[in-house]
Amino acid sequence: MIPRRFRRMRWDRKFGRMRCLEGVAVLSLVLASSVRAQDTTRTQGVRIGLTYTAGTRPGVYILPVSGAPADSVREIVARDLDFSDRLSVIRPDGGEAPTGALNYALYAQLGAVVVVQVSVTPGGSLHVAVHDVAGTRVLSVVDRALPAPELGPDWRFVVHGASDEVEKSITGERGIAQTRILFERSRSLWIVDADGANAHPVPNTPGGMSAAWHPGGTMITYQEFANDGHHAIAVRDLTSGATKRFTGHGTLNITPTFSPDGNTLVFASGEDGTDLYAVDPNGTEHARRLTLGNGTSTSSPTFSPDGRRIAYTSNRLGHAEVYITDADGTNPVPLTSGGMSEQSFRSDPDWSPDGRRVAYQSKVGGVFQVMTINVRDQSVQALTSEGSNEEPSWAPDGRHLVFSSTRSGVKQLWVIDTESFRTRQLTRGAAARLASWSPHF
Amino acid sequence: MFALRRSLFALTLAVASFTACKAKPAPAPAPVAPPPAPPPAARPAPPPVNQDSIDRVNRERAAAAERDRMAAATARARATLAEKIFFDYDKDDIRDDQRSTLDAKVPILNANPNARIRIGGHTDDRGSDEYNMALGQKRAAAARRYLVSRGIAESRIETVSFGKERPAMQGENEDAWSKNRRDEFDVVAGGENLRAP
Repeated sequence: MIPRRFRRMRWDRKFGRMRCLEGVAVLSLVLASSVRAQDTTRTQGVRIGLTYTAGTRPGVYILPVSGAPADSVREIVARDLDFSDRLSVIRPDGGEAPTGALNYALYAQLGAVVVVQVSVTPGGSLHVAVHDVAGTRVLSVVDRALPAPELGPDWRFVVHGASDEVEKSITGERGIAQTRILFERSRSLWIVDADGANAHPVPNTPGGMSAAWHPGGTMITYQEFANDGHHAIAVRDLTSGATKRFTGHGTLNITPTFSPDGNTLVFASGEDGTDLYAVDPNGTEHARRLTLGNGTSTSSPTFSPDGRRIAYTSNRLGHAEVYITDADGTNPVPLTSGGMSEQSFRSDPDWSPDGRRVAYQSKVGGVFQVMTINVRDQSVQALTSEGSNEEPSWAPDGRHLVFSSTRSGVKQLWVIDTESFRTRQLTRGAAARLASWSPHF
Repeated sequence: MFALRRSLFALTLAVASFTACKAKPAPAPAPVAPPPAPPPAARPAPPPVNQDSIDRVNRERAAAAERDRMAAATARARATLAEKIFFDYDKDDIRDDQRSTLDAKVPILNANPNARIRIGGHTDDRGSDEYNMALGQKRAAAARRYLVSRGIAESRIETVSFGKERPAMQGENEDAWSKNRRDEFDVVAGGENLRAP
């Protein structure tokens, strides 16, 4: 089975950046299958439900509701849609839940293209209706059973899934509310929901670092950093807790990642210099060496979404730069190479789910900043400037990045929308770093 | 009745001050009779003075002095083995001024063929966390390569990396950075009775 994340990525690649018709307010309902059949020029809008124009934020009016738990659901959905950075959420304070048919003209006057109506049935089921204001009709309905307890992690997970369905019905793209972020805190691995709630340690991960998700979302891989300095690669099934360990060559085994099909585990290993090694996570074969670093340092691999190439950090020219190689280790070429001074330092790449960009960290004036580089034309975009900002990891929407930043003092995780540059703090408390954003679940 | 209450009071005070004695010398403020003093500890009777016992004492003193000398030599050997070496920024080659530190370890390793060491490579905090793990490993490997070139068996030296995770000194300045870019050396086997060369 192809994980959902990568099915969607091919979709993205086909449609490019979705540069759309300007000023079009026409709502049209086109079946998803015919969308696939449309031409792929970048001036064509994506028409699923509404015509959603990238770069604009359609107004979404979130109707008031009465009483818990619907009010809690409404709050979470409103925040999820806001955090999508694709929609402009209009949320009245207080007010009465409307009864009967909606007065669409009123919501149009308030700037809403869509009205979202949340309710919870007496049986405890979530019901979300998405109204198309211009079409004066219900665009979509999302029904979900809400697992007890109210506001618990499973309950929130279901609500986030409903938010993502709502977003998909409006923009054509599934949201990222129902995703999670792995990170390192206090020499253990942690997981936090994409909205910053439900932060908790992953059990039995002492010394866990540099974690990455399996594309299926049920397994993770990370390096185990023992107190005596040994490092092994671990693959953990999050459901069963079962853990397998892998090594390449020597005591240093770091920075693991999965291939997009989940069938290959690649990590850095070595005694005197490091290279990338590949192993079948389900097999018993020894890891095989991919790169030929000749004693230089190689680390932090990340696959292109088609699985055919790997970006990584190497110091083969005397300082850290990001390189790209074919997945079998042949044809390595530098990706970043702007200035070759001794102080240059570009590392920790993460390939975007749409395949077009690689996010990385680059030293500017003595501190790291998060940047993206276009794989095709090497154009660079700086995304941060305040504090030291490191270790970017793409959200499955190919638009948001999570990274660590010292801008608030203690190093914490932050999320940035690479389209609007809107930034929010994800974690609080003890220092957090080395984040990895999950695929869609 | 009054007398009974009075003796209960005295007993309470006695117990209280006795308990206090366990922790530290009691200030002994009790206005009533203190608890009975513990019996004096029994001391061994002094040995009779004769030439045999004088010789025995001298032998014991000489043995103790030899033990101290050996212990000091072991401690010096251990300290020499453990002495750190330092690196330049983002570099893993052995600096000229660090060679003598490594050279001093060679005779000790030769005199103690069962001793095995672990070299841990460390970095300052200016590179990325992940890159520094690889850099620390390169620094440990560089020291091992040097010792092997001086005749130490490779199998006696393990190399590990701590990256920038265990700084020796906190601070965002060259003083701290230069102290953190280092190799540390631990004796992981055969270190109980290190012999001086």
